[in-house]
Amino acid sequence: MEQTDAALVGQARAGDPDAFRLLVERHARSLFGLAYRMTGNESDAEDVVQESFLRAYRQLKSFDQRASFGTWLYRIAVNSSLDLVRSRRRRMEVFAPAGDDAADPVAEAPSGNPGPERLVLSGEIWQRVAGGMARLSPTERAAFVLRHFEGMRIEELSRVLGCQPGAARHSVFRAVQKLRRALEPAVGTVK
Amino acid sequence: MNHLGEEDLILHYYGEDDDPSEAGRHLEECSECRSLFASLQSALDAVDCAPVPERDAEYGARVWRRIESRLESRPKPWLWSNPWRWAAAGVAFAGLLAAAFLAGRFLPGRPAPAVAADSQVRERILLVAVGDYLERSQMVLIELANANSSGGLDISAQQARAEDLVSETRLYRQTAARTGDGAVAGLLEELERVLVDITHEPARLSPEAVDKLRERLQSEGILFKIRVLGSKVQREEAPDEPSARQKL
Repeated sequence: MEQTDAALVGQARAGDPDAFRLLVERHARSLFGLAYRMTGNESDAEDVVQESFLRAYRQLKSFDQRASFGTWLYRIAVNSSLDLVRSRRRRMEVFAPAGDDAADPVAEAPSGNPGPERLVLSGEIWQRVAGGMARLSPTERAAFVLRHFEGMRIEELSRVLGCQPGAARHSVFRAVQKLRRALEPAVGTVK
Repeated sequence: MNHLGEEDLILHYYGEDDDPSEAGRHLEECSECRSLFASLQSALDAVDCAPVPERDAEYGARVWRRIESRLESRPKPWLWSNPWRWAAAGVAFAGLLAAAFLAGRFLPGRPAPAVAADSQVRERILLVAVGDYLERSQMVLIELANANSSGGLDISAQQARAEDLVSETRLYRQTAARTGDGAVAGLLEELERVLVDITHEPARLSPEAVDKLRERLQSEGILFKIRVLGSKVQREEAPDEPSARQKL
């Protein structure tokens, strides 16, 4: 029978590296999806996944075993992503000339290898989504990714973001409003 | 008939409204709201077209191989292990600061074009930093404004963050004043007063004190002003809208 996260965390805390390996193997793929949505490119997402597991391992002793390991890990990954996105934004501001679209780290379309038909059909929309996501602040982006793509309820995502539910809800609202405006010409009118 | 606002529609889309059946009934009856909801649905459904590269079933094992060696017996960085080293590092840092200050005062200035370029870079760094700072300030104020205060409210976490923000506010306010952004400097001064007052409140507020704080935030319109400035800063940051630069 498959062991629960809680049981594996207990064994990992007692010094069993195999237990932590099982946790890594169990959560790595979903964490990659989250990190990719947060950072907008594969290489950064890979870095975030590794960094998150390293941070989790170092903080394992402080993990409250009554909480969900998955939520805790997501919180670490979101924070790692936010750190990376913020530092990248600052670096870009320093090194990229103003008005250089190509320098926008998130606006660069990820390499999803879509076929030609898909490119024709959804190319414009996808560009607008990428552009809209790039306009979100790191917190709005995190709130939106967790609510929209990860299906997390606002109450839970507020715990991941470490803020009150009202503030998390507000971040989701602002993210949706910005994305609607970005998509408006392609998919419909925004009132 | 009360129409559903955009925020109600967003909550309904995600199934997080307090009474989904009531919103559903309204949408059945009201064609205006139904059309707005359909537009919201199309936009949010379109967001799903953004692809995420797949990772195969062996991905977790590969991640483990990459990090495994870094988990074992990591020595503590030398700085953490000895408080005297902290002190030495502090003295060295202070020395560097003093040297940088003196160099800035007494060394000959750089040629004009380089100074102009530097000032543009500084301006953009300041914009990004102010945008981030405004968002964090806004989060603190929104948390206080939206908190459930019926049994009193522990605001120690918000106070700690407000305290960190106060010193930043001063820095940005002084910079804005130096660069002639009177409106920004004025708002930051106002925000600084609010944050300082929050840090001076007791850590646990009575329901009446929370109401008073809320009234103050509302009457001064500070959240609204932050939002306005925040969106201006974002427009400034937006790479495809250089013309907005002149507006701030």
